[in-house]
Amino acid sequence: MGEIKLMKGNEAIAEAAIRVGCDAYFGYPITPQSEVMEYLAAEKPEERTGMVLLQAESEIGAINMIFGAASAGKKVMTSSSSPGISLMQECISYIAGAELPCVIVNVVRGGPGLGTIQPSQADYFQSVKGGGHGDYRLLVLAPDSVQEMSDHVKLGFDLAFKYRNPVMIQSDGVIGQMMEKVEFFDPIPRSTEIQPWATLGRKGMRKKNVITSLDLDPYQNEMHNHFLQEKYRKMEMDEVRFEEYNCEGKLDYLIVAYGCSARVSKKVIEYAKNEKGLNIGLLRPITLFPFPKLQIEKLSKNVKAILSVEMSAGQMIEDIKLTVGKGVRVEHYGRYGGVVHNPEDVWNGFKEIFLNE
Amino acid sequence: MTEELIIAGFGGQGVLSMGKILAYSGIMQDQEVSWMPAYGPEMRGGTANVTVIVSDQEISSPVLNRFDTAIILNQQSMDKFESAVKPGGTLIYDNNGILNHPTRKDIKIYCVEATDEANRMKSPRSFNMIVLGAYIKIKGFLKYENVISGLKKSLPERHHHTIPENEAGLKRGMDIVKEISI
Amino acid sequence: MESIDVSMDINEIIKPENLVYKKSSLFEEKPFSYCPGCGHGTIQRTLMEVVEEMGITEDVVGVAPVGCSVTMYEFLDIDMLQAPHGRAAAAATGLKRVLPDKYVFSYQGDGDFAAIGTGESIHTCNRGENILVIFVNNGIYGMTGGQMAPTSLINMKTSTTPYGRKQEQMGSPLKITELIAQLPGTYYVSRHAVHTPAGVRKLKKAIIKSFELQKENKGLCFIEVVSNCNSGWKMTPVKSNQWMEENMFPFYPLGDIKVDGKLVK
Repeated sequence: MGEIKLMKGNEAIAEAAIRVGCDAYFGYPITPQSEVMEYLAAEKPEERTGMVLLQAESEIGAINMIFGAASAGKKVMTSSSSPGISLMQECISYIAGAELPCVIVNVVRGGPGLGTIQPSQADYFQSVKGGGHGDYRLLVLAPDSVQEMSDHVKLGFDLAFKYRNPVMIQSDGVIGQMMEKVEFFDPIPRSTEIQPWATLGRKGMRKKNVITSLDLDPYQNEMHNHFLQEKYRKMEMDEVRFEEYNCEGKLDYLIVAYGCSARVSKKVIEYAKNEKGLNIGLLRPITLFPFPKLQIEKLSKNVKAILSVEMSAGQMIEDIKLTVGKGVRVEHYGRYGGVVHNPEDVWNGFKEIFLNE
Repeated sequence: MTEELIIAGFGGQGVLSMGKILAYSGIMQDQEVSWMPAYGPEMRGGTANVTVIVSDQEISSPVLNRFDTAIILNQQSMDKFESAVKPGGTLIYDNNGILNHPTRKDIKIYCVEATDEANRMKSPRSFNMIVLGAYIKIKGFLKYENVISGLKKSLPERHHHTIPENEAGLKRGMDIVKEISI
Repeated sequence: MESIDVSMDINEIIKPENLVYKKSSLFEEKPFSYCPGCGHGTIQRTLMEVVEEMGITEDVVGVAPVGCSVTMYEFLDIDMLQAPHGRAAAAATGLKRVLPDKYVFSYQGDGDFAAIGTGESIHTCNRGENILVIFVNNGIYGMTGGQMAPTSLINMKTSTTPYGRKQEQMGSPLKITELIAQLPGTYYVSRHAVHTPAGVRKLKKAIIKSFELQKENKGLCFIEVVSNCNSGWKMTPVKSNQWMEENMFPFYPLGDIKVDGKLVK
């Protein structure tokens, strides 16, 4: 049993980064995730583990520092919120193209533009469909609790190094700002392992290591793209993660929701049972990419309809529709632009959509 | 047992820290807890509220619109949250600055004159402890010693010298809270 | 004047005792992608000679920019990364912060360092990162086909200022080197050119000095090389070097600007 603390999601991210043996954090303040760097600074990570902490001049500076430090094969992490993540997208594409491991946290707020500092889930497209230029994928984790904010930092680094791929932890202002109990894993010493591909100085007879995403020859670049696509297919085979809630027995409806919306939906399931005797199951994707297609398809076969609940105008619903095809009715419900839907909002939305109330 | 609570007032009244002490007290009692603040641009004197849930079961939604209890510390919050108390629920308020008092007949209403009492005690900082004392007295599900341990956990070491003053506030709140009949 | 005996075999001419110049062993066999007459090859050759002679190959990591030198890692036999446009200084920061015992340099052109990357450039200098920045200023965007650079001179014709750079419209050429020399984070700032053997020797000394200072964690060392772009300037190599002397040097005068953390110019 690890140490139990009461903490904000943002603080849990930071504490987990120190415990996982992260070598460097580079970031730039933005609401609602500034507690990540503030917590790190207060903890003196340079004394606790020797971790480097640096406030960059911008999100662009921060992500490029990540690029440089990740090239050395180190465990590196940054965090930001939606507009800041948009600024990082160019370099995230480079990192994916150059196949560097790193963990990027997005505590999503409402957009578009400067939008609002209130919670949102409208960065699904940005996280899952690419975000930057070119054909690439991020492994996207969607924590729904402060506990998972910590757990996903550890999981994120494991996956990032397993696939040499950036991992995005897509959280939101609710999970970032709320406090819950969190049980931390025991600290892991910083790794001394040398990655064979890292740019550490060309030792002896070893061939030089070059970190680049450039292939001027389109045919070579196509080969590189083939290789990346194979890697993404392997992620789809091996790394799908999800939670099923109330999915045993005969279901009337299925809700698909992640992060904060999944938590809200659990309350809705209670309302539905108490008020209408309806049995609603919840499928919570824990990985947004790879998306839990098989499981959703399986559950879709025995329900009247599926409701996608997301604090957006309807982004994840596109993947659900692609998964289940035209035979199953799929609808979206979500408050957006920074408004957090409460359980009653969602329950009323459900009744309006499916029960014509 | 699940307690779904909102504390609402001005920034600077100790709304968030009160919620934090309650969350810690819940942990001391082996309960599940969540603490969800309404956050906004940094501004002194703006409105502040926090949703706290204490439960012996896994907590589903940290975001709520109906509450078992509302602790209300200014008029804006009264206007917004009186109607959000579940029928049969509890409303606790400080009457300082309240012009439109609560009117619902289907809930229990308590008043704690925390601002005045804190001034009488010459300890304005004890304000939120007086309110908290009123709450734990009325709801009764948190053991006093767990609240004290929760208080200790939520305060940084350098502020532990204020614990006796805080305890005095808690006890005063327990003594002076009174039910209002509509 | 004696005539050369052309009957000699090439192997008789190239004897170790006759050797006046050889390619650094840190160069790959791959031919440069730079236009004949361009300064990049000379600058990179000088850099590799220093790395080889100082015996620090195992401890050097370079950061390539976007621009004509984007593929410099293909020619140099050292560990390198290739950063997004303008961000080489930020990438070098990240690298150096996790590898404080290594020698880290970025190699950036005028568009990279002084236009798109100005924010990262200035803040990297201001933090006094212990890295070497080699800044190649040829007053034009070479790789994209000769467009205006932040350092293009007034009235200079480029493909985006076909009638010459007008100050009223495009502002003045940016003396970024003088600008960053003002920052406490920079320790050694010097401006060079490689169109003469004497210039190459001075550059070499400056690079050696910079790596030595980096070892002592003195702060950021910055070397500007004013260079030619005969293709972009639409001149022969010889003419471009002459034009550089006549037009670039008066505005970008060669020599040390900051030594031992103190402005000398």
